[in-house]
Parts: sequence; structure tokens; C-alpha cells
Amino acid sequence: MEWKRRHVLGLADFRVEEMEFVIDTARSMEEILTRDIKKVPALRGKTAVNLFFEASTRTRTSFEIAGKRLSADVVNFSSATSSVTKGETLLDTAKNIEAMKPNILILRHPASGAPHFLSRFVSCSIINAGDGANEHPSQGLLDLYTILKAKGKVSGLKIAIVGDILHSRVVRSDLHSLGRMGAKLWLCGPSTLVPKEMERTGARVTYDIREAVKDADVVMMLRIQLERQKTAYFPSLREYSRMFGLNRDVFSLAKEDAVILHPGPINRGVELSDELADSEQSRILNQVESGVAVRMALLYLLAGGHDASH
Amino acid sequence: MLLIKGGRVIDPAGRRDEAGCLVLENGTVKDFVPGDQSPKGFEGRVIDASGKWVVPGLIDMHVHLRDPGYEWKEDIRTGTRAAAAGGFSSIACMANTKPVNDHPEVTRYIREKAEREGAAAVFPVAAVTRGLEGKEMADFAELAEAGAVAFSDDGRPVASSLMMRRALEYAKAFGLLILSHSEDAELCHGGAAHEGWTAHRLGLPGIPSAAEEVAIARDILLARQTGGKLHIQHISTKMGVDLLRMAKRAGLSVTGETAPHYFTLTDASLEGYDTNAKMNPPLRGEEDRMAILEGLIDGTIDAIATDHAPHDDYVKRCEFIAAANGIIGLETALPLSLGLLAGGKVTPGRIVELLSANPAQILALSGKGSLRKGADADVTIIDPEAEWEYRAAEVRSKSRNSPFFGWKLQGRAAATIRGGRVTHSLLAGVAADA
Repeated sequence: MEWKRRHVLGLADFRVEEMEFVIDTARSMEEILTRDIKKVPALRGKTAVNLFFEASTRTRTSFEIAGKRLSADVVNFSSATSSVTKGETLLDTAKNIEAMKPNILILRHPASGAPHFLSRFVSCSIINAGDGANEHPSQGLLDLYTILKAKGKVSGLKIAIVGDILHSRVVRSDLHSLGRMGAKLWLCGPSTLVPKEMERTGARVTYDIREAVKDADVVMMLRIQLERQKTAYFPSLREYSRMFGLNRDVFSLAKEDAVILHPGPINRGVELSDELADSEQSRILNQVESGVAVRMALLYLLAGGHDASH
Repeated sequence: MLLIKGGRVIDPAGRRDEAGCLVLENGTVKDFVPGDQSPKGFEGRVIDASGKWVVPGLIDMHVHLRDPGYEWKEDIRTGTRAAAAGGFSSIACMANTKPVNDHPEVTRYIREKAEREGAAAVFPVAAVTRGLEGKEMADFAELAEAGAVAFSDDGRPVASSLMMRRALEYAKAFGLLILSHSEDAELCHGGAAHEGWTAHRLGLPGIPSAAEEVAIARDILLARQTGGKLHIQHISTKMGVDLLRMAKRAGLSVTGETAPHYFTLTDASLEGYDTNAKMNPPLRGEEDRMAILEGLIDGTIDAIATDHAPHDDYVKRCEFIAAANGIIGLETALPLSLGLLAGGKVTPGRIVELLSANPAQILALSGKGSLRKGADADVTIIDPEAEWEYRAAEVRSKSRNSPFFGWKLQGRAAATIRGGRVTHSLLAGVAADA
């Protein structure tokens, strides 16, 4: 397959073969990570800028390490404020950075569609590292990769995603990546945080975690944010944890070889019991590991580096 | 003396729809003469309107002129020129200026500037509450004396039910009308798009239909309680139309308007996060759009008004949730409304009601909305066949925020006449008066 994409704004328009191509590329990247010297010159002379308007440690670090493994120069630009609040507009910030001639802009922004908007005005490539509640494409791809590694396939698997579906960009990317690969997706959480309309994606919606987890091959728990309680989406973290948290009891309904995913950071004892988080069934740290390989693949493909695996 | 001959004169308020000549003199309609021949002995300027419709000057009862205070977006001069180009000879402007039109001085400023520089008659709508803050009532009677034709906190809905009750009740004694931007601000808090599948898919925070419906229901019930005169602005939802229909059946003094974008577009336009598809109320679903059409057909909805909301480029050239609400509409309202004819259920006369006769009646604009003898010499000549493309470069408004650029439209104002003076003309040999 020939890679033609200039930006990775979301998985909404990704074809299956494109996703497979990214995963194949990630596989060869992962080989690099097993070497003693974990660095290849593929992107030497290329610059990637982490432009982050929201606090994020793991995604930013993951992109930074991915870039450095490929010898790209990676620069971090973090801003606590965005044009949504005050100050310089997003476009002006991006234009200023573009004037310094980076090859790739890796954007994390609280507004859905922010990378789509910028892509109309800048000439460098953009990777969406999370835009509002819209998408987090590299997460969608690394979840796909992690499940492929754990299960050997995605098609036909029952995958339950539990938590704040309404505000989750991870879910929206996973619906594309896992859904398009043929997974049977179940979305679960309090009814205030799981719009029934999401069934139009082909996923099933339930408000009963037992129904979601029953016979599941994969259970993905989402972080629940305390601020949602303050805005009356649910009464208390205590009740949330009791009704929608994953513990041994509920997880025992899943298939025997089921695995647990979580995009992090975990609220231990809230959406996921302490015990399960560290259990053998947990693939949470594998997700982080796969994340670096997937992001190396995306940077590599977008920056048009030469073949890194040889 | 001005003679408009050869056209089809459509004047629902005067119960007329026939070919004839219209004679204008000294700023009023002097006579109607059936047939397409000039009356014997006529001496003066003649406008040939063959193949065109001759209708009472269009009235847009919902415009943001941004003057005073935001003149870089629009001002009275440019806004009224955009109005004239769109076929409007009269417009009503909302109070969310800076300063807010909550003081007779502001009302007078608007009227006087419009008198000097305006290409259309401007009827100021004053605020319901001081500073649009929802706390203290504005001086209704004094504002009306200064020329305010109605009262609205448009853009910042009256949150308190008690304040709305008092406003309706107090205004009633003076025969004054409250225009309501009916919206429960708490229900739509943080929302940027219609809460529905498109918003969920795009990850945009939603504005539920109920945010509008709850408020319309409240306002109707308060109008019932007080006997006050109420007009619901920019209805966008199916249930909003149903509530208005119910209020009318109950015999309440309630009217309502919608805007062309609510019967033309749906939330499908949000695709690609197009900030020109962002307005409040938001573009709704297809079911809502159909219900708005139904309301226009069956008479539930009384008026089409643009909610012309000019914004400079940069407040639209940004992330969707950060973008300003609203679009310009004065130059596209007529062709988009003429699009209603296509279904065969709306007559040309009904279009004239929605865009002229009814707004004149609702706002009690004497001399407007009809071509009866003695009415103001406000006339719009419509070419229902004209095919044209709406282009940003040709916009008369100062702002360029429209989702309709590049659209092929049918029908437009061939000429607009206000008080006997030609304020806009595309007719060969007919120049606009300076």
C-alpha cells in the first residue's frame, strides 16, 4: 500500500487497509525497541512539535520518545491556556510554530475539531493527539494493536467499553478502529454519560455492566472524572464505583481468557479495582508499550522517512 | 411620481393578486390601476416590472446591526444597504449593542442615524432588562416614546420566570410587545451544537431541543397568565412549533418567527466543523426542519426573520466551540424563502405575508406591509426566475459569515423602493437614488 495521507486527524475516514498498514509498520518499529541501541536515523533532520493545550504526560512523552527513537528532533510546546479561554488564538500559535519549519505538528487541544481546523491553514503535517471529545486516533490504533497482540484477531471479539462514553475521544476512535475491524462493541456507563444514539455506530448500549462484561473477550475501562459528579451526571464516586466499576466479581462474567484495557490514568478503586489493575489479565502497560511503536509508525509514515526496519 | 407597471401586484393585506400598475407619490401609494398599460396622462418616472412581482416592501423583524459599539462587524449604513439589496425596506434591530439599547438615548441614536444614513427604515427593539442582565426592567414606556417598537433580550434570554412574567404584565398596559429569545440557558450550558447524532459523532457538546422547548412553554404560559403580548423568536424545534400551534388554538396573543437557515439546513452542515454552521439556536435535525416547513405552510409560524448576525472573520476562523454564533442573512432570506414555493404548498402570497404583511402587523408598523392606497411607498420588485450565485465578494454587509456562499439561488430582489426612493436596483435602466 502506498501511504498518501498528509495528516492523521482521526480514524473516521481510515480504511481497514490503512489501519493494517500502520499496524504492520508499528510491528517493524517495535523490533527496534527490542534492540540494545534503540535508535535509528530514519527521521534525522526532521522536526516534530508537541503542541499541547491540555495537561498530558503519557501521550506527550510517548510521542516524544517515538520521535527520538527515529532521530527526529522533538520539541515540546505546552500551554495551559488556549484560545477557548484567552490570549493568542490557536491559529496564531500554530502559524508561529509553523514559521519555524517543523515537519509535523502533534496537537492536543480541548476543542473538538481543532486539528481539522488547523489543517486548512498550515502546510506541515498534523497528528491529532486528542481533540476535545472527538478523537484520539493514535490511541485507537494502539488499542487495536494491543488487542491484536493479546488475541491474535479483533473480528468477532466482544469488546466492552465502560465509563464516560459521552465525553470520551478514545471511544470515538476505538469505534472506528475496533468497529471497522469487526469487533462486537458494547458501550456501558450511567445513562447520563452514554447517549443511546451511539448505537448508530453499530455498537450496543447497555447501562448494566454485567450485561456488557458477560462473555467479553476484552473489557476496556475509562477514567471517570470527578468534575462529572459536580455537573450532576451521577451522584457520587462511591455509587459510580459500585454500579459501573470493574472488580473480580463482575470480571468473572467475562471469558476466562479476557483481558483488561484502560487508556489511563487509572483511578484505582473507582472504575477499576486495585487488584485487577495489576492482575495478569491487565494489558494496560502493554497499551503504553504499543503506543510508542504505533506513534513511531505514524511519525515515520507522515514524515516520509526511509525504511527504518533495515 | 413613480409608476411601476407591468408587474404582478401581490398584496395579501390588501387582498390583491393581479397584474396592474402602482402609482407612488409623495412617499405613499397613490393608486392601483389594473392592467399593464400606464394610466393616461401619467408624467414621471416609470419602472417596467414586466414578469416580476410587485409586493409591499419586505420587513425583517430580527436583525443585529451592531451599531452602536461593534461597528467593525456592521453599522447602520452597511446593514441597511445589505437589507435593501436583499429586498428589505424595513428592519427591526436587536438591543444587544454596546451600550445596550436599554435607554431612550440609544434608541434615538439608532433612529436618527438610520434617518440620516439608512437605506431602509430601522425600527429599534429595546432591551427587556437593563444591560440585558435579567435583573431590572428597562423603562418600557420611555423607550417606546423614543421609538422602540418592541422589547427583547435577544442573545441573552430572560432567565428568571418572574422577570418575564412582570415584563409581559407591565408591557401589556402600554400595548407593548415582548419578543422572546426562548432558551433555558442552564440546559444549553456549554453546548455548541444541536444535541443529536451529529454532535455525538463529532464530539461536540450538545444543546438539547428541550432548552428551547422548555422556555417557549414557560413564556407561553406566562403570556396566558398575564394576557401579555408575546412573540417567540427564531423557532428551531419541532416541539417549539407544536407549542406555538397549541397557544394559538387556545386563543392566546402569541406569534412566532423562524429563520431561513432553520428550514434550509440541518445539523448535517456541521460536518468538518464549519463555524458558519454555528448559531444559537443551533441547526437542528431533519425532523425539526420538516416541522418548521409545516408550521410555515399551515400558518402556525407568522414570520420569516433573518437573525442577521454579522461577525468579523477571526471570531469564526477558530475552533468550533470557540466560534461566535450566527450568520448574516439579509441578502439570502428572500431567495431561500422563495425556495418554499418548490413544494407547491406555499403560495407567493404566503411568502409576502411571512416577509412583509405579518411582521408589519406583529410590530404594529403603520403604513407598512401593504400596498393599499395611502400606505407607505415601500415596494419590493421580485424577480422570481433570476438565477444567481451568492458570492462573498458581492456581499454588502461588512461581514462575510455565511454558509451559503457558492449556492446557486433562484429569485431575488430586482429592486427595492423605500418611501418612493429606489434603494436598490438590478433592473436595466433603473438606477438607485443616491
